[in-house]
Amino acid sequence: MKALIQKTASLLKSNAVQVVIGYGKGSADRTRAIFLTKVEDCEQLIFDSRCVQNLAVYLTKAEIKKLGKPAIVAPIPVLRSILQLASENQITADSLVVLGISPENELVEFESLAAIETYLSTKQIAIDEKYRKAIDDIKAMPVGERFEYWVKELESCFKCYACRAACPLCYCTRCTVENNQPQWISVGSHPLGNLEWHVMRAMHLAGRCTDCEACFKACPMGIPIHLLTKSMLQDVSDNFGSTGPSLHKDNTLSSFKPDDKESFIR
Amino acid sequence: MTEFEPKIVAFVCNWCTYAGADLTGTSRIKYAQNVKIIRFPCTGRIDFMLLLKAFGEGADGIIVSGCHPNDCHYTSGNFHARRRWIMFRGLLDLLGIDVRRIQYSWVSAAEGAKWADVVNTTVTAIRELGPYADYAKVASYLEKEENV
Repeated sequence: MKALIQKTASLLKSNAVQVVIGYGKGSADRTRAIFLTKVEDCEQLIFDSRCVQNLAVYLTKAEIKKLGKPAIVAPIPVLRSILQLASENQITADSLVVLGISPENELVEFESLAAIETYLSTKQIAIDEKYRKAIDDIKAMPVGERFEYWVKELESCFKCYACRAACPLCYCTRCTVENNQPQWISVGSHPLGNLEWHVMRAMHLAGRCTDCEACFKACPMGIPIHLLTKSMLQDVSDNFGSTGPSLHKDNTLSSFKPDDKESFIR
Repeated sequence: MTEFEPKIVAFVCNWCTYAGADLTGTSRIKYAQNVKIIRFPCTGRIDFMLLLKAFGEGADGIIVSGCHPNDCHYTSGNFHARRRWIMFRGLLDLLGIDVRRIQYSWVSAAEGAKWADVVNTTVTAIRELGPYADYAKVASYLEKEENV
C-alpha cells in the first residue's frame, strides 16, 4: 500500500491532518488499529484481508478527537459507517479526511461526503445467502423452540459489551444498560439480563446498522448477534424500502410515512 | 381446578384509548377484569423496553393502544410508534418471544365498545395460549431476593 503510505505522510507533513487512523501490525499474525502522528511512522501502515476491524468507531471517541483532525483508512464497511455517522450529525465533511480502500485494494480519495455516497451507491448492502438461510432456519422453528435456541445461544454472554465497544454506531456516552434509575436491564449475565441487553442493542441499531459485522467479530464467545441486526436490516428493506446509509434520508425510526403498511394492528 | 386467569398489561395513550376506556366505563359496558391499564402521554412514549419489563414481571399478555393514524394529539407520535412496533415485532418474532401475546390496536376516545372488544378478545386469546411459562422461566432469576 505504497500509495496509502505516501498519501498519509504528505497529509501529516502539510499538517492537513494531525493523526492517521489505520491498520498496523498486531500481536502474532493479527492486525490492530494504530494512531500515527509522525510522518516517519507512516511506514507502519498495512492493509490486507486481515484488516477487518471497523475503524470508524474511533471517530466519535473523545480521546481520539483530542489528537486533532484525523485521516482514516476506510474500506467499504468503514465508508458506510462514516456516512451513517455523518447522517446522524456526528461528523462533518471538514472534520476528517477519508482515505477509501476499494475492494481491489486501491486507494480512493473523496472530495466530499456526497462523493462517498455516490461511490457506495454501486455497492449496496447485500445480506449473504448463508446468513439469509440461517435466519430462515431460525424463523422456521416453532416459537417455543426458537426462544429456547436464543436463550441457549445467549447463555455464554457475560456482558463484556465488546459488541457495543466495537460498533461505530454505539456512540452514546451514557448507555441505557448502565442506567439504574430505573434499572432497565438486569445487570447480571443471566438469561433475562442477556435477552434484554441483546433486544435493546438490536433495537437501538434498527434502521441504522450498516452490516459491518464488527459486533460479531468482537464477540469473544462467537454469539451470532449479527443475525439479529441482519434480520432487522431485511425487515427495514421489506417494510420501508431502501436500506443503507444516506445523507438525504432520515433514519428509519426517526421518520415515518402516513401510509406505512402493517397487518397486526386492530 | 379454577380456570387460568391471564394477567394483561395495557399500555395506552392518554388522549384516545385512555379516554375510550373511560367511555367504556361510563357507558356501563362490562369487560374482562384481567387488564391493568397504564396511561402514557402518547404511544410514541411507549418504550419497547417497557413491554419486556411487563413480561419479565409476569404479564401473560400485553395490549398497546393509541390514537388512530392522523388523530395523534402530537400530530405524529403514533406514526413513529407504528414504525417502531413493526421493527420490534420482527425482532421479537426472530427471538422466539411470542408475538401473539402482544395486541396492538387503535382505539379512539369515541370507541368505548371497541375497547371492551379488544380486551375481551385478547383475554380469550391469551387464556387459550396459557400462562407465559417460557418467559417466566427466564425471568425466574429475579424471584430470589438477593438477585434483584
